[in-house]
Formats: sequence, structure tokens, C-alpha cells
Amino acid sequence: MSVDESTVRRVAKLARIAVEDHEVAKLKGELDAILAFVEELSELDVDGVEPMTGVTPVSIRLREDAVTDGENAERVLQNAPAREGDFFVVPKVVE
Amino acid sequence: MNAPSRVPASSKLIPGATGDWEVVIGMEIHAQVTSEAKLFSGSSTGFGAPPNSHVSLVDAAMPGMLPVLNHECVRQAIRSGLAINAQINLVSTFDRKNYFYPDLPQGYQISQYKSPIVGEGEVTVDLGEGESIVVGVERIHLEQDAGKSIHDQDPKLSFVDLNRSGVALMEIVSKPDLRSSEEAKAYVTKLRTILRYIGACDGDMDKGNLRADVNVSVRKPGAPLGTRCEIKNVNSIRFIGQAIEIEARRQIEILEDGGTIDQETRLFDPSKGETRSMRSKEEAHDYRYFPDPDLLPLKIAQAEVDELRAALPELPDAKKTRFIADYGVTPYDAMVLTLERESADFFEAVAKHGDPKLAANWTINELFGRLNKQGLAIEASPVSAAQLGGLISLVSEGVISGKIAKDLFEILWTEGGDPRELVESRGLRQVTDVGAIEKVCDEVIAANPEKVAQAKAKPTLIGWFVGQVMKASGGKANPQAVNDLLKRKLEI
Amino acid sequence: MSDLLDFTFADARKKLAAKDFSAVELTQAYLDALEAGRGLNAYVLETPEVALERAAASDQRIARGEAGALEGLPLGVKDLFCTEGVRTTACSKILDGFTPPYESFVTEKMRAAGAVMLGKLNNDEFAMGSSNESSCFGTPVNPWRKTGSEAALVAGGSSGGSAAAVAARLCLGATATDTGGSIRQPAAFTGTVGIKPTYGRCSRWGVVAFASSLDQAGPIARDVRDAAILLGAMSGHDPRDSTSVEREVPDFEAAVGRSVKGLRIGLPKEYRVDGMPAEIEALWEQGAAWLRAAGAEVVEVSLPHTKYALPAYYIVAPAEASSNLARYDGVRYGLRVPGRDVVEMYEKTRAAGFGDEVRRRIMIGTYVLSAGYYDAYYVRAQKVRTLIKRDFETVFADGVDAILTPATPSAAFGIGENANASPVEMYLNDVFTVTVNMAGLPGVAVPAGKSADGLPLALQLIGRPFDEETLVSTAAVIEDAAGGGFTPERWW
Ligand SMILES: [Mg+2]
Ligand SMILES: [Zn+2]
Repeated sequence: MSVDESTVRRVAKLARIAVEDHEVAKLKGELDAILAFVEELSELDVDGVEPMTGVTPVSIRLREDAVTDGENAERVLQNAPAREGDFFVVPKVVE
Repeated sequence: MNAPSRVPASSKLIPGATGDWEVVIGMEIHAQVTSEAKLFSGSSTGFGAPPNSHVSLVDAAMPGMLPVLNHECVRQAIRSGLAINAQINLVSTFDRKNYFYPDLPQGYQISQYKSPIVGEGEVTVDLGEGESIVVGVERIHLEQDAGKSIHDQDPKLSFVDLNRSGVALMEIVSKPDLRSSEEAKAYVTKLRTILRYIGACDGDMDKGNLRADVNVSVRKPGAPLGTRCEIKNVNSIRFIGQAIEIEARRQIEILEDGGTIDQETRLFDPSKGETRSMRSKEEAHDYRYFPDPDLLPLKIAQAEVDELRAALPELPDAKKTRFIADYGVTPYDAMVLTLERESADFFEAVAKHGDPKLAANWTINELFGRLNKQGLAIEASPVSAAQLGGLISLVSEGVISGKIAKDLFEILWTEGGDPRELVESRGLRQVTDVGAIEKVCDEVIAANPEKVAQAKAKPTLIGWFVGQVMKASGGKANPQAVNDLLKRKLEI
Repeated sequence: MSDLLDFTFADARKKLAAKDFSAVELTQAYLDALEAGRGLNAYVLETPEVALERAAASDQRIARGEAGALEGLPLGVKDLFCTEGVRTTACSKILDGFTPPYESFVTEKMRAAGAVMLGKLNNDEFAMGSSNESSCFGTPVNPWRKTGSEAALVAGGSSGGSAAAVAARLCLGATATDTGGSIRQPAAFTGTVGIKPTYGRCSRWGVVAFASSLDQAGPIARDVRDAAILLGAMSGHDPRDSTSVEREVPDFEAAVGRSVKGLRIGLPKEYRVDGMPAEIEALWEQGAAWLRAAGAEVVEVSLPHTKYALPAYYIVAPAEASSNLARYDGVRYGLRVPGRDVVEMYEKTRAAGFGDEVRRRIMIGTYVLSAGYYDAYYVRAQKVRTLIKRDFETVFADGVDAILTPATPSAAFGIGENANASPVEMYLNDVFTVTVNMAGLPGVAVPAGKSADGLPLALQLIGRPFDEETLVSTAAVIEDAAGGGFTPERWW
């Protein structure tokens, strides 16, 4: 399997990482190499094998329904690159 | 997808220039799960808090923070599944739905994509006049709500509040079994009733605690399903109806003009009375679902399911059937009485005191009517079930007339008090003493000789005499006794 | 004072208890060493004030007879662990200036046991790498050099800073994390001991996530005993991590010196890979011989799916990483590069904030999860993972107690030496270690010999789930047999 340049751009868009035009060819080469490397898996017959969902054979642990957290907006906001009062602020989102 | 088999009544078809059209509707309802804390964190679900106060480090997706599932939210989903007779999946998994949005801190929503906690179920929906339909539910899954972006505070900025981020939602996905806006509204109403009965969702649509994505397509009756459009986030039952009507008409117009429908997401604008495409936001959606590696598969013991089933309250359908059988109320009254669990409980408490039909009548027409007018919930009713029951028994016993009962109700509503004591202290007791009533009748007859003469020719005038007597007696005379007496005295 | 640095954990603990020196004195000796060793670039942040304050508190507790298991012992913390009030970046520009208002479970436990934090240690950006050359703070230098050479070598990765600092005695021990070999490979490159515990043994809460189903914290220390002590202090159940196991933490230190007589040690034939250097092969045989001499039975075993582990890893780990790293969006913390709109802000922020290797893995991970490729890549890789785990289960079910393999295919290489190597060539560094993460098993790297160039070489032991004790006993036997000499000559 190999990718074309439009796929590289589409994937970069999905991942929200700006990619300069001159980087696309290099990225394509790297992705192709990795995909060629993992290609080996396709020779294996995995019919009827359950995909792993967790390496530990235990059930999920559940939490009781109690308010034990929150009520500290400052702790949540103190690292914000931009804020307005107790809101995070981003460039306007157009709906 | 197979075309569902239900053939709609022709009255539900929409006439077009090229003949009748059938509208096919399926819904995804997002219902906020009633819980103290969020789905995967210990912060509060409370409404209306200052911005970013009900937010834990988990909700804000700080580095290294991990989700831990809230047991109560799981229970609520199971209860909801049981209430619609659905399959409960003893093993389910949580998946990540990946996309970027400022109010989605993790960059993904934890949802259940492949294996939801609840499988297929059904909801019986009453449409009035004895008609009811069964709407299939495809699945119910648990997922996180997003935060809120506020766009109107600044011309260049959006403000982000994460208070809702991580609140538990149930997404209830129906099959495309609905055939009109009326059916769709009735379905949502019924689902809301069920969820409120079991306490799994408060159904408060004003707060966005219940909102619907509505899938609408149209076709000629019997034809294969048409291309559907999804109308996102409609947040009132009235709007759901309007959105469907408007969208169906839009699609019919396009098709009749020889066009085709684009499968897309649309937004309903109630102020403009239109739906419009959200295509700008659409761009290459690819959610890259995969099992959340922070969460192991959820395994539920059958014993827990059984326990929750045993603890379920009587559900609206069962209650309605019982009301009809045990109280002899009409199916319509039974439906109205069972719309809310609290109303049904109220009615039953009233009905203990006397004639159940009278109780139904008073509960629905007087009490609900008055509560509605004043925008009060049943819990806030100034007249208690015991008071209304007292009033009913006074009427049943013939102690007061219907007319007086209304006055008494007014007193109970505004001043309160014990109905029986009020009747005594305010002299409201109905006069059944024939002698006393006869005296008033005689007075009225004596004072109105012309009417007496007319009544001989036109016996219906007796009503006028009854009214006069009742008025003169301050409403306390027994109307039946008055009627009998007047008939005799007027010789009609 | 430099002799203070010679004491191991176990020794220093005794001396502190005997008041031969104070925790403040010991800490000051390390702080001086840190300053002298800055050229090694092992620390990305030194925290002398924090260290001295905690050391003083330790001295008070020692005086009161309340010493914890790590009381007064100066340790380093990989920059992947969130530390309250102390900058934590995962060595990525995207976490520029991030100061967590919280402490990871593991470092909190260590702190509660009395540990003194000297500072934050270098690592590959988001722990992605095997040479620590992807750190935004530059590459730490291995205190080891080839005989007769002054060329700077890598300390391995991703926990290169931890390994370099421990080997150069810039701390007594360090925390590290291991997703595909990131504890064991750098330990092997620096002549130190690294334990990757069973998945679920150490809580991931507060550790910056790379690949959630593979990540596990563990210690790097100077010898097996120290690593065992540190592992004990890092382990334990944490209800905030759904994958943390509820199990008693054994006294790992007590396993040091325990006989290996009668243990069955497996040598997997599939690890005899093509082109394995003769000296690695010889080391492996030597290790087997030592264990045989100590009374263990050494048997050949088969792990038939070994060669698929690395390709499967390079699907699963990037897939999880692509989602785990979606939260770095410039909204709530870390770097933000302005943009015209929010999408441009995301794209610029993430382009500027992530280095090449991280970007590559996010891209691959995004691709393998995307529509149309998910089953062919991700699901298939998770199925392969099941097969790999089954291989180990079969071997352990046959009575094998631990598996002996080389830790790395080579000794440490030069910084920049692989600058022109393809990413895939670099991935081969993890060929012996990655299976352990794929199966969630414990593994230890213990120095066992030297290369022809005089660089340390290590063997790896792989154990049954939650049987770190057998690994500790067996590794201690190898350590003894190897006879020491794993302290680098000081040149810095
Ligand atoms: Mg939906
Ligand atoms: Zn949803």
C-alpha cells in the first residue's frame, strides 16, 4: 500500500497539522516506507482471531455517582494561552 | 436498509403536484442522563453554574488525565433499555469519535459505536382516537456531551465553557418507523414520559436536556426509501414538528422539479421557518472510531440487570391499562393522567376518596387546567391530592353541588384548608331539605307569573327557573331536587 | 563530597538512618553533580529549591523516626510525569510552559515515601523514539564512550535522560516510561537496570499519554535491588486509572537474592534474528550459561508471531497516539500560534508544536484509523496482538517461568549517526522489547557484558503477568555473574 500526495494532504487536514507544499513529497515517502514495513502483517491469517481490547483480563472499574471534583475554574484556566474572565477564548468559530 | 412495512393511512400522506408523498422519519434523541456527577469524572452536572466551574482536570483534558466510568450512568442506561423492552448487552465497549472542535477538549468524544449498552427495543406511541403505533428503537448508547462555545460575546472571538463537557448523554436511535410530524412529536413525547417515569432523564428541553436529530426523507408510497437529510439538534417538540413539515415540503419541491436530494446535515431555523445546509462545516468527516484504550470493555452481571428490572416503577403503558380497567376512565383520560408519573400518583390519591371518573374529571379539567394556566408543575400544586379527594367525596356524598364544588376548589386553591371543615364553616352544605327548597321555589314562581305562563307552552324554560332557584339559594340547593319540585309545581 | 554519590539506594538509606550524613547533604551533593554534568543534557529542568526543601523535610522525618521507603533519596523524574507546580512538557514545544496543577500518581507515591525530586529528565518528544534525539531540548549524552573515542553516543530512548542521569550518578534513581522499550533500551545502552512492570501495575494517571494500551511507568536504577525498591514505591492501585489493577504490591526487594534453582528459563528461537551481531549472540549464550550454573533449567521455546510484533506495534501505537495527542490544540494550555480562524490556529499550532517524529506518527495513526483502512490496519494489528499474547501464554502454560532474550540488537550508537536512517531503521531498535508491551507483560533489562568497544550490553528477562519478583531474582543472578563494572569513567 502506498499513499498519494492528496492523501497526505487529507490526512494532515484530519490531524489538523499544517503541511507546507514542499514537505508533502517527503512525508509521502516516509508514510510509504512505514506502510511497506507493516505490510508484512497481511501475510498472516487472522480469521476468527479476536482483536485485543485490553491486555489486562479484568472488567472496567466503576465509580460511584458522587461529586468529588471541579469547583476550581482557576485550576482549569491557569495554563490557558488566552482567556476572557473564566472563559477560554478562541478565534471565532463560524457555524 | 429495508423499507419498513408499515403502510401509513392516506391522511398522513402529503399531497404534491405529482401525487401523494410519504414522509419517512427516524430520530436520534440525545437525553441527558440524570446523575450527580459526569460520565467519566467526579465534577457536577448541575445547570447554570459560573463558566468552567463544573470542570475537572479530566473534563478539560489535561495531559495524563484518564476517564473512570460512573456506575449510575450505566444503571440509568440499563433502566432505559428495560423500560422500552430492549436487549441489554452484558458486554459493551466505549469508542473514541475523533474530531476537532474548541468545545471538545480531548479532541474526541467517548461514545459507544460498535457495541452499545442497549440493543433493539420498542416504544408504543398513542396517536389518539384509539390509534397507536409501535416505533422500533435500534439502540441506546452512552456518550459524553461537549462543552459550549459562545459566539455572540465578541465580534472576533468565541468563548468556551466546559461545564457541560463530559456530562452523560444517552443517544436513543429509532428506526425509520415514523410517518408524520404528528407521529414524530408523539414519539418524542412518549419517550420523554418513559424516561421521566424511570428518572433516567428529566426531559427538560429548555435546558437542552433532551434534543433530537431528525432524519427526514420522502418517497412515493411503497417506493424504496429516499435520500435522507439529518436536521441537527432540534430542541422542542413543537420545533420537531415544524422542522419535519418544512423539510418534507422542501424535499418534495426539489423532487417534483426533477431534482435530487443531497444527503446532508441541516439546521432548523425556527425564526425563518426554514432548514438550511450545514455543508460549510461538513468537510471530509472521518471520525476514525476505535475502542478507547483507556477504558476496558464494560461487563454487566445479569443479576444487576434483574435487580434493576425488579426495581423499575410501573411504566406508563401498564399504568394506563390499569387505569382503564380499575378506574373505568376513558383511554384518553388514562393517557392524559399517565403522561407524568407524578400526575398519575396524584390522580390515584384523589381517586381513593370517591368516584374515580369524577376524580379523573376533576384532576384533568380543574386541576391540570388550572396548573397549566399558571405554569405550575403538579408538585407545586396549591391543592393537594387529599384536598381534592376530600372535595370529590363531598360531591359524591351529595354534601355539595358541582357548582359549590367549584367555589370550594377556588377556596382550596387560594386559601387552603380542610374541604369538609370549609363546607361547614362557610355554610356551603347543599340544601336537600325539601321544605326549604320548596319555599324558595314558591317564591320564584310567585315573582315571575309571565314566565310561568310561557313555561307551560315551552317546557325547556324550566332551566331558567332552576337557575333562579339555585341563585336564590346561594347554590346550595340540590339541583335534582329543585328540578323535580319545579316540574311538579309548574305542572310540566 | 563526591563519594556520597557512590552509595546505592539501599546503602544511602542505611547511612541516612544512621545519620552518617543528612538528606540535605546528600541532596546538595547531587545538585553539585547536576551542575557539573549539565553537558550531558540529562535534565531539562533542575529544581534545586524543591529538592532542598524536601530534603530538609526528610531530615526532620528521619529525626522523628518517621522515615518512608524513599526518605531523603534524591531522584530524577522523566518529563512525561506531571509534577505539581513544576513545568512538565513531555519535551515537546507544544507543551511550552505548561505547569500542571496536579501530581502524577507515581510521583505522588514516591513523594509520599520521602523521595527528593532533583528535576525533570530528558526524553524523546512524547516518548516517541529510541535515541532521545526527538526531544525539543536536544539529545542527552550517554556517559559511556567507546574505548579510545570521544564521540558522543545516545543514551537510548525514549527515557534517555533518566538512563543517562542514573548512569552518570546525577541521581540515585529515576522514573521512566516504556511503551515499546523506552525503559529497557536506554537502560541497556547505559549499563543501568530498567524494569517495565506488568501493564496495570503502575497507574498512568498524570503521565502524559503516548499509547494508552502500551504505556507503563517503571524505574531505572543503578542495580537490581535499587530498581526493585523503586518499583515497589511506584506501584499500587489507583482508582483514577481504569486499567490500574487492584492487587497487592509484593516486596520486590525481598526477591533479590532468592534462588533461581529449578526455574525454567525459555530462550525463544525467533529472537535469533538475521544479522544479529556475534557479540550479542555470545552475550545471550553467556546469560543462559549463568542461569544454568545457578540451577535453572534453560529450554528453547517458540514465540511464532514475534516478527509481527514490531509492524503491529507501528500501527497500534501511532493510532492511539494520533488520538491521545488531539488534545494539544492550543486552546487550554501550551503553545498557541494565532490563525485567521480556529482551524488555522489548530493547524499552525500543531505544525509548530510537534517535531518530525511526532508528526509522522500522528499522520500514520490518523491514516490507519481512517475510513476504509481501519479494518485492514488497526483491527488486523489488534488481532496480531492477540496472537502474540497467546504465544506467551502457551509458553508460560508449558511451565516456563521467565524468558531470556537480548535487550537490544546493538550497543549505543553515535548521536546523529542515524540522521540519514529511515524511520523504520530506527524502529528496529525496539525489536526485542516491543513484544512485551504488546502482551502487557513485565520485562527487565540488566547489564550483562560489554561490547568489543567497551560499551555496556544488556539482557532482557520477560515474565508472567504480575510476576516481577521472578524477574528481579533472575536479573540479580545475572547481575552477580556479570560481576559489575558498569559505572562509566567520568569525563564530563
Ligand atoms: Mg448522531
Ligand atoms: Zn450522539
